[in-house]
Amino acid sequence: MKFRRIQIGRHLRDKFHGSWMVISLVLVMSSPVFLFVGLSVKSWLLLEENSIFHLLLSKEWKPLSGQFGFYPFIISSVWVTVVALLISAPICLLTSIHLTQYAKKWVLKIMHPIIDILAGIPSVIYGVWGILVVVPAISNYVGPFLGKQVSGYSILAGAIVLSIMIIPFILNILIEIFRNIPTELSEASLSLGASKWQTIKFVLVKRAMPGIISALGLGMSRAFGETIAVLMVVGNVTKIPTGLFQPGYPLPALIANNYGEMLSIPLYDSALMLAALILFVVVMLFNFASRLVIIESEKHA
Amino acid sequence: MNIKKIEERFFRVLMFCSTVIIATTLMLIIFSILYKGLPSVSWEMLTSTPKGGFYFGKGGGVLNAIIGSLYLSLGATFLAFLFGLPLALYMNVHLIKHQKLVNGIRFVLDLLWGVPSIVYGAFGFTIMIFFGIRASLLAGIITVTLFIIPIMVRGMDEVLKSVPRGLLESSLSLGSTQAETSYRVYLKQCIPGVITAILLSFGRAIGDAASILFTTGYTDYIPTSLNQPTATLPLAIFFQLSSPIVEVQNRAYASAVILVTIILIISILARVFSSKFHKNKINF
Repeated sequence: MKFRRIQIGRHLRDKFHGSWMVISLVLVMSSPVFLFVGLSVKSWLLLEENSIFHLLLSKEWKPLSGQFGFYPFIISSVWVTVVALLISAPICLLTSIHLTQYAKKWVLKIMHPIIDILAGIPSVIYGVWGILVVVPAISNYVGPFLGKQVSGYSILAGAIVLSIMIIPFILNILIEIFRNIPTELSEASLSLGASKWQTIKFVLVKRAMPGIISALGLGMSRAFGETIAVLMVVGNVTKIPTGLFQPGYPLPALIANNYGEMLSIPLYDSALMLAALILFVVVMLFNFASRLVIIESEKHA
Repeated sequence: MNIKKIEERFFRVLMFCSTVIIATTLMLIIFSILYKGLPSVSWEMLTSTPKGGFYFGKGGGVLNAIIGSLYLSLGATFLAFLFGLPLALYMNVHLIKHQKLVNGIRFVLDLLWGVPSIVYGAFGFTIMIFFGIRASLLAGIITVTLFIIPIMVRGMDEVLKSVPRGLLESSLSLGSTQAETSYRVYLKQCIPGVITAILLSFGRAIGDAASILFTTGYTDYIPTSLNQPTATLPLAIFFQLSSPIVEVQNRAYASAVILVTIILIISILARVFSSKFHKNKINF
């Protein structure tokens, strides 16, 4: 009898745990749908009155008179993201090759915790560092060096801070990709008389190309959505930037900066939620494509 | 020397330099924060809440933000654990025969991981409006939970994935149920790795500012219930830094030192636990 009761208890417990697991699975898996629907419903009010193309391409941002043109913000976002990627891509590529092909054990032992810590530092701290070091450096040294009067709060400052933030992220993926390349490939190349560098250049990098591109794509989408650190150093002026030393106003900064007043002006909250929706969709598409490419290239390995 | 050799030399120097750049940047970040912030760190900073005139440079500390941040991240980590661990186990025990489905789940989790925290913040705000909750600890916890669940599940999944299949088969063949296999065999086998995943998500939760900007509000008091607004360290740094008064700015740097210290402790702990994991691992 006792044994029987224990048996029933065990199976009830199994049922309970099983259903809790399924509930967790369904909740987590449906959250992207919730995110999309929630933001869409909120931004619908604005989309009903304006076409999406008009909103994206209009330069007029005057919430008080109901004009919401996202163009300056989108262009700022693109500037910051692209410049950040231009800075971090070569550094990541070179470092990942160094760490996977040349570096001695002790270098790896030092670099692993460094990359981990860089990845874990909160974005506010990067922002503080930007204000302490990057912004003064630009206004005191880089600007005068080029013969310009600049405040330092600029696209360039935002891009530098961002590039440091996405380095650990891209680097980890690149290291993983280079490690996954079968050693037979480089052995074959070396035995044919190619030098180590030739092997890296013509065999490894070529083989890793899809992975490299998608790692950069993932880094780019990370940079695109980064908020606080950029907000702190980029200047936040609603104007279309035309150069590295001009202030910009990327989309995430727009959302973060205006949450306080958004409920007091009609449609303002709707506009900010639309900005969040744009971020969500763009980042999702980028991630989707990059991850697919990585999975495809792993299949062939 | 031929041109090929020179090229290789050149690139090796470049590679070495970029590695050094990354290492020195980290040193530079930590050094500049400590240099600027340490002089302003005081016992009062750590142990008192803001007093009258705090935002004009008078007495008080950021205890409200420290405690608020801890409440928020502990709550969110707990909630994420409640859903995250079962999900990770389910993927690796129950669904082990359906690798395609598991890979699909991993794919969605990776996508969710990539969503910027400000989007979670905006979404949290719409939920808040929908349910009529005001900016509070509870709203913050829900938002941060959404934000860290993918990080936690993927972290746990990475370790659970490495459990040899033989262990699953022997556990099931001895008559244990799937739940028992999950919690008594898999979880036990991976405890250090699971703790690492929890610590890393806790670190994410305590450091993020964009997701809680809309949802937790800000207050000078230590919250006593879930319905009250809560101060957090990242926002304390952010708000104090935008003040024109030097004393207040200095306190922002001091708060940054506190936050960096917490993050460093977490990452050292995570490292300790993950090295333990490699020691305990059973190899078939």
